[in-house]
Amino acid sequence: MHSEARPSKGLTAAAIGGLLFLHLPILLIFLYAFTTEDRTYQFPPPGLTTKWFAVAWNRADIWPPLYLSLRVAAISTAMAMVLGTLVAAAMARSRFFGREQISLLIILPIALPGVITGMSLRSAFAIMDIPFSTLTIVMGHATFCIVIVYNNAVARFRRLSGAVLEASADLGANGFQSFRYVLLPNLGSALLAGGMLAFALSFDEVIVTTFTAGQQSTLPIWMLNELVRPRQRPVTNVVAIVVFVTTFFPILIAYYLTRGGSETAGGGK
Amino acid sequence: MSRSAILPNRGLADRLSALFWRRPRVLLLLLITPPLLWLGVVYLGSLGALLLQSFYSIDEFSGVVVEEFTLKTYGELFRAANMDIILRTLTMSASVTLASAVIGFPVAYFAARFARGRWKAVFYLGIMLPLWSSYLVKVYAWKLILAKEGIITWAADSVGLGFLLDAVLALPGVGGNSLSTSFIGTWLVFVYVWLPYMILPMQASLERVPVSMLEASSDLGATRGQTFRSVILPLAMPGVIAGSIFTFSLTMGDYIIPQIVGTSARFIGQAVYQLQGTAGNIPLAAAFAVVPILIMLVYLSLAKRGGAFDAL
Repeated sequence: MHSEARPSKGLTAAAIGGLLFLHLPILLIFLYAFTTEDRTYQFPPPGLTTKWFAVAWNRADIWPPLYLSLRVAAISTAMAMVLGTLVAAAMARSRFFGREQISLLIILPIALPGVITGMSLRSAFAIMDIPFSTLTIVMGHATFCIVIVYNNAVARFRRLSGAVLEASADLGANGFQSFRYVLLPNLGSALLAGGMLAFALSFDEVIVTTFTAGQQSTLPIWMLNELVRPRQRPVTNVVAIVVFVTTFFPILIAYYLTRGGSETAGGGK
Repeated sequence: MSRSAILPNRGLADRLSALFWRRPRVLLLLLITPPLLWLGVVYLGSLGALLLQSFYSIDEFSGVVVEEFTLKTYGELFRAANMDIILRTLTMSASVTLASAVIGFPVAYFAARFARGRWKAVFYLGIMLPLWSSYLVKVYAWKLILAKEGIITWAADSVGLGFLLDAVLALPGVGGNSLSTSFIGTWLVFVYVWLPYMILPMQASLERVPVSMLEASSDLGATRGQTFRSVILPLAMPGVIAGSIFTFSLTMGDYIIPQIVGTSARFIGQAVYQLQGTAGNIPLAAAFAVVPILIMLVYLSLAKRGGAFDAL
């Protein structure tokens, strides 16, 4: 028997079926944003309208959560980019005692269920009597965003040949000049990709946030409340589209920034 | 070495560079201290606070947290109602993991073995985009799909399979009034949301299965099924286990999905959330949160023996 050079029909069908299963449900979000029915999830929609976009735009309760989410995502991403890059640089350039433990520590916030991270922070705030604020949300988000930036940065550091830094030093650059003119241009796209993903992750995070937000409402928390106690359901769909698009494009950009990982800068022998 | 080969010192930046060159540990220390401080203080500190809280108890009359060491709170976990929550969560995690592996395997296998060029990119993005895209939007999409007046009921009725849907919903224990208020619904949403986390590590391990081994297997007269069982599956197992870590852990800690789609029966995550919020019983919430940590520690040590970490 010939070894399988082409997939069997069953396998192809199952694979494509799996992909469709992953993608089709999202499309319904878009459809339901245009339905004229705002009390049930009736399918097919009795009629189509674009008025919900205007209604959503004029709903005053949507804007503050949107601003809060953007602010939290921006601050958390910035912090995660600094901390994640630092730890990636340290982990990539040397072996030292406790290295394995540190890599475990970085992964832990996303390896353990979000409810644990959230509940841990909640316990700490309770013990130390820290009131809920934007900062408490950021503390949670920055913690699990570090690993995203770290993953992207460390992969690029590994591909970056040490020879380019030595060449830079040989040509008379000091460490800071090497960083500015050699390291940063090579790391740039990976850091940007990491930042994009961290932003996307933070922007729509809800599990940790519910524990660290108190009475504040980020956009995902606003959505969650609407899901539990719906009113004007299509408006929720409009917001869902906004959230989806705000996270979709950073992900896509991150993909294109880190694509073609085989060309190692300075690795040509 | 001649004197002229050394450049003149151009100030602080040069002196620091020289210091870092002579003592790389100084640079390492400078790099790693800020992130370690953050993770150590904020994250590990919080985990410590969680443990500490779980050994406190709540005064049943005043509702005030008594900050004294006690095992009473952990004892409460063994009440029948709380054990039910834990067992229900474990059953759900296990069945979600199993289903993700079964549905995800063909996708991972196809992507690893047969997808080339553009299709490779299609599969990669096709798995990555759902993994990263908004969690809440995905859950919401299923709320629309599973609703009684939603697309599934409509589809089943229009092809004349409405009786099948009713039969499924009539199943004792897992059925319900509609899919969005049944265990089957909760399970479906869990599978959907965590499936990409299962596919990616499986694909990674399948990509490392050498084609020559499959050829050798068929040269020796094995049928496709035999090759699959005795060559592909054992070699892919680390990837399956690695994926199962994600699906199991994520299902166990989730409290949004069962809150939005499902019955009123609670899962661990919901118990934690309600206890710390409306009930104000932070010690019991903390003790509940320790349960998934312990289960995951056991799971991880078993997975490590199964070689799952080589596939990550």
